[in-house]
Amino acid sequence: MTPSPETLLDLHRRMLRIRLFEEEAGRLSEAGRIPGALHLYVGEEAVAAGVAAHLGQGDQVTSTHRGHGHLVAVGGDFRRMFAELFGRATGYCRGKGGSMHIADMDLGMLGANGIVGGGPPIAVGAAFSNKYRKTQNVTACFFGDGASNEGSFHEAANMAGLYRLPLIFVCENNGFGEFTRQDRHQAIRDIADRAAGYGFPGVVVDGMDVIAVYEAAGEAIARARRGEGPTLLECKTYRFYDHVGVRGMGVVYRSDDEVRAWRERDPITLLERRLAELGILDAPGAAAVRDQVHAEVREAVAFAEASPFPDPATLTEDVYAS
Amino acid sequence: MTTATAQRQLPVVMAINEAIRQLMQEDPNVFLAGEDVALYGSVFGFSRGLLDEFGPERVVDTPISEAALVGLGVGAAATGLRPIIDIMFMDFMGVAMDQLVNQAAKMRYMFGGKARLPLTIHTMAGAGLNLAAQHSQSLEAWFCHVPGLKVVMASGPYEAKGLLIAAVHDDSPVIVVNNKALLGLAGHVPEEMYEIPLGQAAVVRPGTNFTIIATGRMVQESLAAAEKLLEHGIDAEVIDPRSLVPLDTATLVESVRKTHRALVVHEAVRFAGFGAEIAAQLQEAAFDYLDAPIGRVGAPFSPVPFSPALEAHYVPNADRIAGEVLRLLGRSG
Ligand SMILES: Cc1ncc(C[n+]2csc(CCOP(=O)(O)OP(=O)(O)O)c2C)c(N)n1
Repeated sequence: MTPSPETLLDLHRRMLRIRLFEEEAGRLSEAGRIPGALHLYVGEEAVAAGVAAHLGQGDQVTSTHRGHGHLVAVGGDFRRMFAELFGRATGYCRGKGGSMHIADMDLGMLGANGIVGGGPPIAVGAAFSNKYRKTQNVTACFFGDGASNEGSFHEAANMAGLYRLPLIFVCENNGFGEFTRQDRHQAIRDIADRAAGYGFPGVVVDGMDVIAVYEAAGEAIARARRGEGPTLLECKTYRFYDHVGVRGMGVVYRSDDEVRAWRERDPITLLERRLAELGILDAPGAAAVRDQVHAEVREAVAFAEASPFPDPATLTEDVYAS
Repeated sequence: MTTATAQRQLPVVMAINEAIRQLMQEDPNVFLAGEDVALYGSVFGFSRGLLDEFGPERVVDTPISEAALVGLGVGAAATGLRPIIDIMFMDFMGVAMDQLVNQAAKMRYMFGGKARLPLTIHTMAGAGLNLAAQHSQSLEAWFCHVPGLKVVMASGPYEAKGLLIAAVHDDSPVIVVNNKALLGLAGHVPEEMYEIPLGQAAVVRPGTNFTIIATGRMVQESLAAAEKLLEHGIDAEVIDPRSLVPLDTATLVESVRKTHRALVVHEAVRFAGFGAEIAAQLQEAAFDYLDAPIGRVGAPFSPVPFSPALEAHYVPNADRIAGEVLRLLGRSG
């Protein structure tokens, strides 16, 4: 499933949209203009973009606490996203959810999640629903290496395998669960190995190479749509900033050198190099896309900042459906 | 006590740190396990330095696996150790509920008294930091309803240290709740080890015409409310139960018999909150002394909202507490 030039440009754009959204959110958070905790996705863009490029109307994703990237990848609206980060009434969740719960049910994005391991069981439910309703739709379940240690992941994987659900488990293995390096939180190296225990394939892919992710995800999703059940796709990636917020370079748990080495494999730079080689997009072309997305970001931030805060009367609204 | 200036001041986060250090120095069977408590020193910073002092066998970073983490504590406690298990945010207790409620709480009873479970679960509760609905809850009432668990809530650094030490010394499972918005709050903390006996309330501000019973962070808000009430000529007594299970009903009743009026304040959702239990007990034990119904202040019946514009209306504060006292007295603010 080699991507066409149009697809490559689409992947590039999706990654840039995530990157520029996130970097702006990071700046705003550092400046104290965004309340609460912000978990940035910068560095991991190839994963969300490579998977989301195969998703369309009626498909779903379940997300993590690091959820902006997933929402942007499936087409999230910057204005409503920034408004939510700012806690405004015009935000995706009317100011109730913030960064950690950002969601767009219309896009099938079933929510960023503050509970590590909260997503996989929900993905099973969505995939069950797709199968039940005979929709041909699939669910992509994003989760981290850390989350793969929660019982909820294992229970969900077992059910997904048992019922051969149209689901792909996408492990974003960025090497850390919070501040704990992978080799200090699990005895295995490849989380993809875990799939064997539940009767479906596990695939390891370079999570900095969006084309590799795109191809592997394409196969797994096609398999799911054919009714052949789940796949666990493990993408080896890295987060460039801190677990929460920006600060970034080597805090106690990792070195600046390590961060620098991974940044040399920046997924966007890698793709841009490839696009140039293929003669699809040159440097000025890439800069033009960047400018466009930048303008979109600026406009969205202005919209969000001009938006009103929610009326206190809405505090107890939406606890129930009626 | 010596003069205030001579007293050593510590913030809550350091009081917790000191309590764990002294407990581990005292008893080789005490260990600390939790997510990012060792190398990183906990996301809240309360375990900084402990790994260096006690090594990785006694200060243990665990995978993100709360059910297994609490189970680790249950099994270790049942076999002779004294675990301190940290559940980073109280909200994550949801993931470990079976181990807490069906295992830890019931083992001794079901086994005819043949098990001893000196297990301490330490956690952070509370809203006010814009962390939204899954990182801000105060869920103490869940655990108070389960026979077999003890539940304590610290309102400041002195309490944080003394309650944690008492919890670890206790032979039953104890849930120790600290409030994340109080971590930087400093106050006097004695250097030596001391226990705040479980089941002993503190009268933190003596008063004559009104009793405010408050838990956790609401003790600080209630003290501020008491200052405001002085301007209205009301001298409120503020009581911190400190331990909810076991509950020192006697101290609460004694105060109400003196003041004839009471308000119960907690940060948790008011409906079916622990305040209902206190109000009912006071009513049973001191009905003849009451001049007004017992009031309750708590959070509205909704999850904790993210937006500062909403959260500010969610967490009870001194103004709301004072206003409710005035209302109960039939006065306008
Ligand atoms: C049930 C639960 N336990 C702990 C946490 C605290 N926590 C938030 S993110 C995180 C690390 C998650 O690691 P991973 O799944 O690898 O995702 P990453 O942050 O690396 O993207 C932890 C422990 C939580 N939010 N929920």
